[in-house]
Amino acid sequence: MADTGRAGQTLENYPLYIRSVPTENELKFHYTVHTSLDVVDEKISAMGKALVDQRELYLGLLYPTEDYKVYGYVTNSKVKFVMVVDSSNTALRDNEIRSMFRKLHNSYTDIMCNPFYNPGDRIHSRAFDNMVNSMMMQVC
Amino acid sequence: ARRELCGATRLGYFGRSQFYIALKLVAVAQSGLPLRVESLNTVKDLPLPRFVVSKNEQESRHTALYSSDADNPASYSGVIPPPPGRIQVKKGSVSHDAVQQRTSTDQQESTSPVVSPQQSPPTSPHTWRKHNRHPSGGNNERPLAGPGPFWAPFSEAQPGSSTSSDPIWSGHSPPPHQENWVSFADTPPTSALLAMHPASVQDQTTVRTVASATTTNEIRRQSSSYDDPWKITDEQRQYYVNQFKTIQPDLNGFIPGSAAKEFFTKSKLPILELSHIWELSDFDKDGALTLDEFCAAFHLVVARKNGYDLPEKLPESLMPKLIDLEDSTEVGEQTGEVGYSSSPAEAPPSKSPSMPSLNQTWPELNQSSEQWETFSERSSSSQTLTQFDSNIAPADPDTAIVHPVPIRMTPSKIHMQEMELKRTGSDHANPTSPLLVKPPDLPEENKMSSSVKFTAGNTVTDGYSSSDSYASDPEQIGSTVTRQRSHSGTSPDNTAPPPPPPRPHPSHSRSSSLDMNRSFSVTPGQQQAGVVAYPPAVPPRPQPSQGAGPHVHRPVDAEGLIAHTSTSPQQIPEQPNFADFSQFEAFAVSGVNKEEEDEIETHSEVLQVEKPSDSASSLRVAKADGRVEDKAPANVPTSGKGTTPLAPPPKPIRRRLKSEDELRPEAEEHTQKTGVIAAVLASQPSIPRSVGKDKKAIQASIRRNKETNTVLARLNSELQQQLKDVLEERISLEVQLEQLRPFSHL
Repeated sequence: MADTGRAGQTLENYPLYIRSVPTENELKFHYTVHTSLDVVDEKISAMGKALVDQRELYLGLLYPTEDYKVYGYVTNSKVKFVMVVDSSNTALRDNEIRSMFRKLHNSYTDIMCNPFYNPGDRIHSRAFDNMVNSMMMQVC
Repeated sequence: ARRELCGATRLGYFGRSQFYIALKLVAVAQSGLPLRVESLNTVKDLPLPRFVVSKNEQESRHTALYSSDADNPASYSGVIPPPPGRIQVKKGSVSHDAVQQRTSTDQQESTSPVVSPQQSPPTSPHTWRKHNRHPSGGNNERPLAGPGPFWAPFSEAQPGSSTSSDPIWSGHSPPPHQENWVSFADTPPTSALLAMHPASVQDQTTVRTVASATTTNEIRRQSSSYDDPWKITDEQRQYYVNQFKTIQPDLNGFIPGSAAKEFFTKSKLPILELSHIWELSDFDKDGALTLDEFCAAFHLVVARKNGYDLPEKLPESLMPKLIDLEDSTEVGEQTGEVGYSSSPAEAPPSKSPSMPSLNQTWPELNQSSEQWETFSERSSSSQTLTQFDSNIAPADPDTAIVHPVPIRMTPSKIHMQEMELKRTGSDHANPTSPLLVKPPDLPEENKMSSSVKFTAGNTVTDGYSSSDSYASDPEQIGSTVTRQRSHSGTSPDNTAPPPPPPRPHPSHSRSSSLDMNRSFSVTPGQQQAGVVAYPPAVPPRPQPSQGAGPHVHRPVDAEGLIAHTSTSPQQIPEQPNFADFSQFEAFAVSGVNKEEEDEIETHSEVLQVEKPSDSASSLRVAKADGRVEDKAPANVPTSGKGTTPLAPPPKPIRRRLKSEDELRPEAEEHTQKTGVIAAVLASQPSIPRSVGKDKKAIQASIRRNKETNTVLARLNSELQQQLKDVLEERISLEVQLEQLRPFSHL
């Protein structure tokens, strides 16, 4: 699958981080991600409670669009991770998605550990970037 | 030149820094460096007095550095020749600085011509670079801007040091640089800085004053780190550690993220970069920095300040636990320091104070760290567990036969085993031979050990230990031999062939028993010694000797104790000295067995009770017990006897035999020496004869017996004491053995 987009967004739903591969059609991905946030919110609100279980964190396929799927994941601090993958990529299984989200979450927590990082800032962590890139390379 | 510089710049308290710098210089062995060192020194020292000013300057310099980094490296790199150039540049700056400083120092508010900030920054970078170059030999990063104050000294130094490019640089930015800084100095630190630089300066100055030292250090560090990128020098390391301590006194603790953030924010690096540094250095991603992580972070900050780009991932040298206290080349370090200190422009004011201290401390620290390292190494390598084996032989110089007698108290099982073997061997060998043959040495030792062992139930170790402890050379041998013998009695497999040599030795040791007898008669001194030696051995011997024949058998039965006793006496008799005893033996054996036992028992008992010579007594007791067990504890406590000293086994036995009757009643004399015993023994032979004679003879014999009794009593006390000692040793050996046990399993 050629296109993958990721975005981590906070409660206010502004993206903390967004990365897509390839870079073309980025805007489309951005848009998709943004719109999928609504779905995420929907699911979160549906839960109604604090989600501790990772299963709950992983929202699964938010909704399939014509040619891509959107997966969601939300942390306990309401930081949402949205992953858009090309539908053509059938190799991606749910477990893989989960593992990717897990990695994202871990990287995000590492970022949070950095005292120089202010929650809510854009994420500029190189480690995070590296991780995301590697992940996307895997998928692509 | 150096000295001149140093001297020139010496403001009085240079001494130390100067020294360090001098050292560095020497190490650096660069002509240019000396100057720098000078400047460093001066810088260091200067900052102290001029802290106020320097602070600003430092900060300003820092900012200048930052700003100028981009500019300067390129521009100056070309211009500045390698290290020497740096020096020169520095000098220029130094001169400027000096000038500036003077002005600034003089007034500290003098408004030097405001040089375009651009100039100053370049100068600082220059100086910085120069400094860097020196330390790192390749740092073209911004040289640390020496604090303004530094300049003054530099200027002084400069005259001393004649670097070619002085004029070039002097005319250069240094003045402007200085001016800038001076101007900073003039204006309130913060304001000046602000004026010169954007808010960052402000923050820096304020923060920096506190952290300037840090930064300066960092800068210095950076420069020096350039020598080997990412390698932390000892000095740096020390500095980092010290800084760590300021935040977290416990070197094994963590620095929380917030504190670290605050700390590193002082470095005035952009948050983004700091964030990246954090990412790199927080190895375990726990939001806190350990000492290693902190050093790595600090190092990265320093590097970054020096213009190094942050790596994408943590360099190996900075990995936690991979950071070695390397001894960066002196040159590097020194240059680094020199650079720091000497770069007038660079070292932030606060830095200067800290730098001097740092520079000064670094060498010390380095040394100390090195020392620490060595300590750790030493400590780690110190092991020394008891040296059993090694000690064995040497322990008994006399013992030609060196059974692997472990040193005393060496809980080496091995030794014990050896001894056991020996014993067994000896036992084997000896059993056949007349007991007396046992080397006198052995007797005592063996007795002791054996006795101890017997008490322990044949714990070889114990016996060994005891014997070891006993270990007088001859005695040891004797003891070992005896042990062996005993072992033989106990463990038929004993390998060690009874060392015949021991016998001869034992003639010594047993000489303690036998010889003592003789010696007693001959040389009182020896006797005493012998007595002492014997006492331990005595118990076993006497017993065995007493029942030589029967005892011999008994040992077999009794496992050792008895064997000892049996053997020992046997040994004793074997010795030439036994000649005397032979009579006794014959005498004693006859019917004395029981007496012996009793005597022994009583002796032991008495010994225990009366005498300090616990060991002896214990031995005796043990022996007595052994014997009693074997024989039939009937005789145990013959009351009168207890006091008779445990004279050399044969002796006592003999004596006992003879004098039992006599001594018993008389027992209770502990102080009698073996000499007396010997005398008594000597006389004893005659006793029987006398006994058979008329009254005079009887009286004489009585007298003799009494004497013997006293001697024996003394012996007893001595033996008791020896026994105590042996027991103690045994205990210690046991403890050691236990301690070693786990190891044996490993």
